[in-house]
Amino acid sequence: MSDVTLRIWRGAEGEGAFEEYSCSYDPGMVVLDVVHRVQAEQAPDMAVRWNCKAGKCGSCSAEINGSPKLMCMTRLDTLDTSEPITIEPMQSFPHMKDLVTNVSSNYRAKKSIRKFKPRAPDNADGTWTMHQEDVDRVQEFRKCIECFLCQDVCHVLREHHLHDEFVGPRHFVYSAALEMHPLDTEDRLADLKKTQGVGFCNITKCCTKVCPESITITDNAIIPLKERVVDEFFDPVTKLFRIFKPKKTDS
Amino acid sequence: MAQLETRIALPQRRFGETRRTDRWWLQPVAVAAGLGAFIIYSTWAAFQGAHYTYAGYLSPFYSPEVFGDSAHAWFGPWPLWWPSWIPYSPAFLILWAPGGFRLTCYYYRGAYYKAFWASPLNCTVGKPLKGYRGERSFPLILQNVHRYFLYLSLIFLVFLSIDVYHGLWFTNSDGAKEFGIGVGTLVLLMNVILLGSYTLGCHSLRHLIGGRKNCVSKTAGGGLPYKCVTCLNKRHMRFAWFSLFWVGFTDFYVRMCSMGVFTDWRLI
Repeated sequence: MSDVTLRIWRGAEGEGAFEEYSCSYDPGMVVLDVVHRVQAEQAPDMAVRWNCKAGKCGSCSAEINGSPKLMCMTRLDTLDTSEPITIEPMQSFPHMKDLVTNVSSNYRAKKSIRKFKPRAPDNADGTWTMHQEDVDRVQEFRKCIECFLCQDVCHVLREHHLHDEFVGPRHFVYSAALEMHPLDTEDRLADLKKTQGVGFCNITKCCTKVCPESITITDNAIIPLKERVVDEFFDPVTKLFRIFKPKKTDS
Repeated sequence: MAQLETRIALPQRRFGETRRTDRWWLQPVAVAAGLGAFIIYSTWAAFQGAHYTYAGYLSPFYSPEVFGDSAHAWFGPWPLWWPSWIPYSPAFLILWAPGGFRLTCYYYRGAYYKAFWASPLNCTVGKPLKGYRGERSFPLILQNVHRYFLYLSLIFLVFLSIDVYHGLWFTNSDGAKEFGIGVGTLVLLMNVILLGSYTLGCHSLRHLIGGRKNCVSKTAGGGLPYKCVTCLNKRHMRFAWFSLFWVGFTDFYVRMCSMGVFTDWRLI
């Protein structure tokens, strides 16, 4: 058993300061374990959101030594325990208490995305035929656990608070999952350009780096969406081709 | 609701402030140094207007040589009507295209926004400027022209491949052309391979060759071209840097051979 010092942000509604807690830890423990130990032994009033402790619910998102991470998936032996470990709430969202933030803006943003609209069934029994490789492309996006670490690290939200003009990486992943779906016929490109602000993304790839599900957010979701927006609004040659080509609804 | 949420935001980081404990500054410094060194060297090399050919080799900074004094020139010497007060070099007609391709490249954009504009310096590091318009308005909206630079770069790959072919022919002591392979030939070949790997892994190409369709399997070649571009695209950053270094080295090699500093060893 060893000791570690945690610097945890304590306070409510944006006001607060770091408080230090010394705590013992056992081999194999994760940050959430020691936070729970501090909560149990030293600070019973400390607010921390968690649920599955398995990296699948996305509840225990926080910033550990300045990097957005899931507390339940960050083992202490990956951190330098000879120095205090800083744990603070996500910076992009309104602060509630201690390590808990209000992430409800994400649910509003998600509602702004047009729903899945499948083409007419391919077969008489009301089913569709799809190629596995076409499904595989969007399958990656379905791994998202909505931890909102990508939203937290994105400087457009974190530094500029453009929540009303920019839906953020998580919702581009969601849009990509729908927009690239082999059955989908809905057109979300005007929304992406005008109200969801895909043009604000300047491709720093921070969202990809912090994703605990290793979704290649920038390369596989955001940039393909940006390219589709270029097709629709910026490329005169593509526009010219569209004049002579009837719009398809099935691919 | 938005006003309420803004009011209870956590304290904002100052410029350069972060609680990261790793060497987060290393990446932007390395990118600034790498890109800065290349920009300085390529600009200097372009303004030289000399020592860009040796034997059958032609520097990629000067390829294709539209006007010029070497045997590679398509239309002979620089036109007489060119105003004497404007400096000229065959490279001026060339470098804007591959330069534009790299300037608007999705990988480089993210890299130099961090390194040169601190937007942001690195992930979760405080930014200097609070106003932000991104790529939605002028001038950065012009980054959407990337696919047109891609088209030009694909054409340049053909020219550079032809240069490799020219690099296979050497003039012997009788003045006749003979087949051969020199170190310079391999340098030119490696340049085409690396530039090809970088260009063919472009995000725009990945979109145009199949990614724009929801059913990639129904695109040309049954989606195989899309898979190949995707494969290269996964290594886009690596090829971006390798090809940048090697294209500079190729010019340097030809220049040094032309100046008599290097000896171009014949392998065959």
